[in-house]
Amino acid sequence: METVFRSYDPSSAQRSDRCAGDRLRHRQKVHEAIRQNIVDIIAEESIIGKDRNRIIKVPIRGVKEYRFVYGENVPGVGQGGPETQRGQVIGKGEAGGEAHQAGDRPGIDYYETDVSLEELIEIMFEDLELPYLERKHLREIEVEQLYRRKGYRKKGIRVRLDKRRTAISRVKRKQATQRADAIALRSQRFPFHKDDLTYRHTVTEIRRESNAVVLCIMDTSGSMDTMKKYLARSFFFLLYRFVCAKYQNLEIVFIAHHTEAQEVAEEEFFHKGESGGTFISSGYRKALEIINQRYHPSLWNVYVFHCSDGDNFESDNPAALQAAKQIAEISNLFGYGEIKPLGSGYYGSSMIQFFSQLQAENFQTVQIQRKEDIWPSFKGFLSRERAREDAA
Amino acid sequence: MPASFTIEELESWNGRILAVARDCGLDPCPQEFEICDHGQMFAYMVYSGMPSHYPHWSYGKSYEKLKTLYDYGVSGLPYEMVINANPSIAYLMRDNTLLLQVLTIAHVYGHNDFFKNNFTFRSTRAEFTIQTFKTHADRVREYIEDPSIGLEKVEKLLDAAHALSLQCRRNLAMRKQTPEEELERRLEEAQPSADPFQSIHRRQEYVAPDLNRVPLYPEEDMLIFIRDHNPHFSDWERDLLTIVHEEAQYFIPQLETKIMNEGWASFWHKRILESLELPQSMQLEFMVRHNQVLSAVPGAINPYHLGMKVWEDIERRWNQPTVEEEKEFGPRAQSGRDKIFAAREAERDVSFLRRYLTEELIRELNLFEYQSRGGDRVVARVADDDNWRAIKETLIRSVGTGTAPVIKIEDADYDNNRVLFLKHDHDGRDLQLEYAEKTLQYLRQLWGREVVLETEINGKKSLLCFSEEKLLIKPLH
Repeated sequence: METVFRSYDPSSAQRSDRCAGDRLRHRQKVHEAIRQNIVDIIAEESIIGKDRNRIIKVPIRGVKEYRFVYGENVPGVGQGGPETQRGQVIGKGEAGGEAHQAGDRPGIDYYETDVSLEELIEIMFEDLELPYLERKHLREIEVEQLYRRKGYRKKGIRVRLDKRRTAISRVKRKQATQRADAIALRSQRFPFHKDDLTYRHTVTEIRRESNAVVLCIMDTSGSMDTMKKYLARSFFFLLYRFVCAKYQNLEIVFIAHHTEAQEVAEEEFFHKGESGGTFISSGYRKALEIINQRYHPSLWNVYVFHCSDGDNFESDNPAALQAAKQIAEISNLFGYGEIKPLGSGYYGSSMIQFFSQLQAENFQTVQIQRKEDIWPSFKGFLSRERAREDAA
Repeated sequence: MPASFTIEELESWNGRILAVARDCGLDPCPQEFEICDHGQMFAYMVYSGMPSHYPHWSYGKSYEKLKTLYDYGVSGLPYEMVINANPSIAYLMRDNTLLLQVLTIAHVYGHNDFFKNNFTFRSTRAEFTIQTFKTHADRVREYIEDPSIGLEKVEKLLDAAHALSLQCRRNLAMRKQTPEEELERRLEEAQPSADPFQSIHRRQEYVAPDLNRVPLYPEEDMLIFIRDHNPHFSDWERDLLTIVHEEAQYFIPQLETKIMNEGWASFWHKRILESLELPQSMQLEFMVRHNQVLSAVPGAINPYHLGMKVWEDIERRWNQPTVEEEKEFGPRAQSGRDKIFAAREAERDVSFLRRYLTEELIRELNLFEYQSRGGDRVVARVADDDNWRAIKETLIRSVGTGTAPVIKIEDADYDNNRVLFLKHDHDGRDLQLEYAEKTLQYLRQLWGREVVLETEINGKKSLLCFSEEKLLIKPLH
């Protein structure tokens, strides 16, 4: 019997990443799984309002390896110390044991992957066939005219004369002439010639910039409970991300309204609780006021989104419609989302019906009932837009 | 970074180790050691140490998992990896110190001896291991590259087959009966048994056995059964099922002897290194490393630790039994050494623990039983007079393939409708329903028709029926 030792071979080690193909295939599956589960992921509250570069954990369903396994209420044995007592808590359910037993045990397959929010958003918007929207909604504005130097020319105006280059070409010409006819040159002056003159050339460049402002208007009246606010907030989050993906220069304005409207900070917008009745028109008027003061439509792409439970005071409806018309005229997209959670009952009115009187191209309404609706309705929101454009 | 040892050094240590091992009675196969770096080690771990293995995304997934855990320092890499083949192949990490290599070599001989001599491994045909895995890999690749099959189809079938690969016979030392033998047995069983009191008993009726039933006896080898009884499969599909089944069978002995095997190797690396007369510096490092590997993991079971404790305990009880033990069991016929060698040949984890894990050892190791309650793991039993037996039982049920439920195919023509009827041997542990649903879906995919599984859910007998697209749970009365 003999023993063989095979020494380390660096070249084969570098060549032999034999797992690469399987890793690639796995990553493709993860990607696919995320896309399929996007509705659930979006519905998870945890990602909303988070920083763009934040890594989030996404539970992956599609790439689990299923087997017949025992359920949770299966006892196990562990090793403790002399002080281990009955009833002592030694860890969290399944996850604790998994770390020690990984590998040889077909245990419950917990699988999460890290995805940055950025990636997630990319995947989200891959679904939406964005180019259409881009063409329609990007209003580009000439922000600056720049003169940029670009090469040299023999002709030009006096101020752009490049003295250094001119002198150099005279010296070159002189050398050349000397070599050709040394004697003739010695007696003469050697002045600048028209051919020596070199001018800097400039081109005019127009930098186009796309500025966008998103105005999020939310109804914070007494009838908007936590669930409704959460739905509204999720919807705003998506819109915000969507617009972020398209614009370099994006500003966002939060307006909260009940019977009166005020501009608030993000934090406040999502967490503030209010009470009182609802005048939708107040929110719209505030939005118009802000647009006129700070974000003139000729310079800004304006997006206005409003979420409410549609429970507006009857008397305010004509005023709201009037203001909505004005907003629709100056904005790229004006969306109205009505939050009607299931089980909340259809008390009160629906503004969606009322707003059907508003015949504006860029006005959209959606209704959201559950958190699972958010993504489909968001998609629907944009695809209706697209359908209309296709028809046009 | 240059390695901290030379091949010559390893060879000389290996010679000494092997001499000691032989003196002690170990009987290993020829051994090959390959020095590799950590990237290669990941890959070997992912593919169970095999130099070639068929591709599947799940291996990519385990690679990512391993690497993540390693990168975040949650788990280190093993010092060694050894595969059951003849000659046996082991991988040594080149970044490890000389002492670690020496320790690993000694440890590897323990595994090697165990693979060669334990009865569970007789079915694995170690001399063909490498070649078998290679031909499997080649065949799977061939199917992937075949334009009429392709990756998608192969992957879909492998996904389903992997889900069911552990639904197979566990004790491979028992030969599987051929259909002819089963038929004979069936007929024999149907004969009325000889009755010495015929005159006073009523005559036993002869009931003709149902010989048309498929399978004749409940069948555990699911993949094989489906392969043989689904008429719609093409050759490549049958072949893939065979490949997955054979691979699972190859690894079952390792699952079944994890505690014994790791304990055995640790027991021997300790003995061997102790008799090598290591220089002082290495001796110190040896103690540190040995204790790292062999320490108890609080709240879980470290198979290295538990296994070695049991082996040491057997040896002590046979060499120097205490007065009480002497009184209870009488004088020992075998020496401790002979006893452990006999046990390493004839036991697997379940029988090993049942026979040799004593009450005293359970107390000494402070084993306890836990249960999950409301998301927490709570200690349910500690090793006292009333509970040590229950703890032992729970431990025995949770080792080896005990973690996989026993499910048998009862009838391939249930309801006279080619529905596949399965029965779960319920032993108090319920199935995880989400997993059961998805696995039944795979089974449905392979079988091509409805599948029905009889199990118990919260003490109620129920049928899980997976027909077209979804699972139906019907309670049984």
